[in-house]
Amino acid sequence: MKKRWSGWTLAAGALALSATAFAAPPSPEMISFACAGCHGTNGGSAGLTMPTLASQSKTAIVDAMKKFKSGDRPSTVMGRLAKGYSDADFDAMATFFSKQKFHSTAQTIDAAKAKQGADLQEANCSRCHLEDGKEGKDDTPVMASQWLPYLKMQMSLYESGKRKMPEKMAEKVKNLSPQEIDALLHFYASVK
Amino acid sequence: MTLDRRNFIKLMGGASTLALAGCATEGPAVGSSTAIMPKGGARRVVVVGGGYGGTIAAKYLRMLDQSIEVVLIEKNRQFVSCPFSNFYIAGITQDLNAQTIGYDKLAANHGIKMLYAEVTAIDPAAKKVVTTEGTLDFDRCIVSPGIDFRTEEIEGYNSRTAEAFPHAWKAGAQSTLLRNQMQSMADGGTVVISMPLTPYRCPPGPYERACLIAHYLKKHKPKSKLILLDANPDVVSKKPLFTKAWSTYYKDNFQYVGGKKVTQVNVSGKSVSVEGIEDFKGDVINLIPPQRAANIMVQSGLVGDDKKWCPVDAVSFESTKHKGVHIIGDATALPSDGPPMPKSGYSANSQAKFCAINVVNLMNSKPTVEFSGINVCYSAIDDHQSVSIAQVFALANGKIKSSATAISPADFSLAKDEHAYGESWLKNILTEMST
Ligand SMILES: Cc1cc2nc3c(=O)[nH]c(=O)nc-3n(C[C@H](O)[C@H](O)[C@H](O)COP(=O)(O)OP(=O)(O)OC[C@H]3O[C@@H](n4cnc5c(N)ncnc54)[C@H](O)[C@@H]3O)c2cc1C
Ligand code: HEC
Ligand code: HEC
Repeated sequence: MKKRWSGWTLAAGALALSATAFAAPPSPEMISFACAGCHGTNGGSAGLTMPTLASQSKTAIVDAMKKFKSGDRPSTVMGRLAKGYSDADFDAMATFFSKQKFHSTAQTIDAAKAKQGADLQEANCSRCHLEDGKEGKDDTPVMASQWLPYLKMQMSLYESGKRKMPEKMAEKVKNLSPQEIDALLHFYASVK
Repeated sequence: MTLDRRNFIKLMGGASTLALAGCATEGPAVGSSTAIMPKGGARRVVVVGGGYGGTIAAKYLRMLDQSIEVVLIEKNRQFVSCPFSNFYIAGITQDLNAQTIGYDKLAANHGIKMLYAEVTAIDPAAKKVVTTEGTLDFDRCIVSPGIDFRTEEIEGYNSRTAEAFPHAWKAGAQSTLLRNQMQSMADGGTVVISMPLTPYRCPPGPYERACLIAHYLKKHKPKSKLILLDANPDVVSKKPLFTKAWSTYYKDNFQYVGGKKVTQVNVSGKSVSVEGIEDFKGDVINLIPPQRAANIMVQSGLVGDDKKWCPVDAVSFESTKHKGVHIIGDATALPSDGPPMPKSGYSANSQAKFCAINVVNLMNSKPTVEFSGINVCYSAIDDHQSVSIAQVFALANGKIKSSATAISPADFSLAKDEHAYGESWLKNILTEMST
């Protein structure tokens, strides 16, 4: 889709003629509706491996979509879908999802691991993943309440080198054991 | 054919004199002319069919404009999803619970009025829908009724054939029937799947079913084999992926044969015939007949000249046969530039949203909006690997056109991850439909 909102208002008066002839381009909200079949209504996911997009940082979404499209970030399906949209569409969808209300999830969490993760994140992750992962800043995604199985899948993509970790994040991650990383992910998934 | 007044009365069948409640299962359903749910001051949209398209249309109508009253009419109390029913048929899952939804939460969350009844006629001129429970008025109607079968094209097919040779192309009792037949088949037996020419519901569905049944036989009945008779000359969906799966995992017990259109059945002889020339015998026969829009669309004069599918406008999804009636999902023939949107649950979901947007806009005298939507279909190739097709569609010059279409890599390097994502897709799309 190349057209945006400009120009269609002119046609509104002639509407009675034909629905097709004078259709306006879809709004950001409307393009985003199609994503809900996988990510849930308004981006609140109920599927354990599917990431929630609701209240995600706008820049993090745009960034993710651009990287999916270029192949910089590995994906199963997002790269193929991203090719059907323009940068303007990414911006529109990111704006829509970032404005949705926080989607709190009830997950099966190991409380001891979450506790250990809470302690570890202070020193290792909190500089970027702000407010217990509740706040997404710029390209840093919100992780609070994100589905644990999804976080684990993404972490293993980082560790295999297929997904590129931000350098400063990699410096922290390399000093942590798999067990500690697991604890950190339990923590973020548990934050409501 | 348009529905004239006389035919319309005939369809209603003088049912008002009969006590009807709950007898919709025997013979053709009979409509009741008793007026029900009188329309108050509010404008009303009646949505027919609570499946992949109808639930979403009803929900998004209410999300977009609370001032419009929405009545959702569905003949069953619960909806059983076809997606993932192949797992159940092939014994990988043990029941249909994970893919069965009800309507209570959807109705309560969005203020949708549910009517459990079978629609027997849609009268666009009078703006009325006739159901087994009575007749009600609408300002606009959205119909997402799915498919029925062109069994008349198969010689010898009668009302009992689907018991003997289940299609399992509507999920529920039919899925159980096919599953049970396979489980009670002796090892060494032959399973035959017969699939129709395109277009039919879910292009990759029969090929996925072939993979999963072959998987079942390999594991539980190793001396048995499976034959897929495809009416199409060649595999019509995700061909590189399915042919790779068949040659990698199932080459010893599975055979694909293209260009075999079944035209005759012989139930007592346990065989199907291609043009009366070639017979195929099977201990279990899964006969998927050719399809068309659901019966109600034929009865209401909403199918096109082909007598099969319903032509609609590509923006508003309004029927080109009758104003005021919008049609989405499997039943439609959409104006398309290039390969059309497949008849899938995901397509129906995407279409429902833009249909709802444009019905609301038309009712509020606002300009209509161009379509933008997605189709993704996950197909399992065994019990832990899946592949997919992903497509984005948008309106271009009055037609729906794909701006991106691609399938999974053929080395199956992502197939385990996609299997996990596929499960979440089902969970999310059914949650979207039921809450
Ligand atoms: C084996 C199989 C696997 C599939 N896998 C996938 C998949 O993985 N992904 C995917 O996207 N799609 C898949 N599909 C396709 C998907 O099931 C359909 O495309 C989808 O259901 C179409 O939605 P619909 O709203 O048009 O019809 P439906 O979902 O069938 O809904 C129609 C509803 O209308 C009701 N109805 C019909 N007539 C009347 C009437 N007269 N009165 C009242 N109610 C009525 C029916 O009871 C039904 O509830 C699969 C299909 C099959 C058969
Ligand atoms: C077929 C299901 C499907 C559809 C449709 C879909 N997504 Fe995704 N999405 C996924 C999966 C799976 C992932 C994980 C990456 C991958 O493997 O593709 C993901 C990941 C993402 C991410 C990264 C989230 C994070 O926290 O890093 C974003 C952003 C995203 N999707 C946005 C969208 C948008 C916007 C749309 C609509 C245009 C959309 N998705 C449609 C399945 C889907
Ligand atoms: C220097 C800042 C920084 C630090 C420190 C940091 N991260 Fe990140 N993190 C990011 C950014 C930026 C992204 C998104 C980058 C991308 O696109 O891959 C990210 C992404 C992630 C993701 C993927 C989320 C998703 O939705 O896909 C996980 C999981 C994650 N970080 C975990 C951690 C953990 C655990 C720590 C602490 C050990 C940590 N991070 C420390 C900046 C940081």
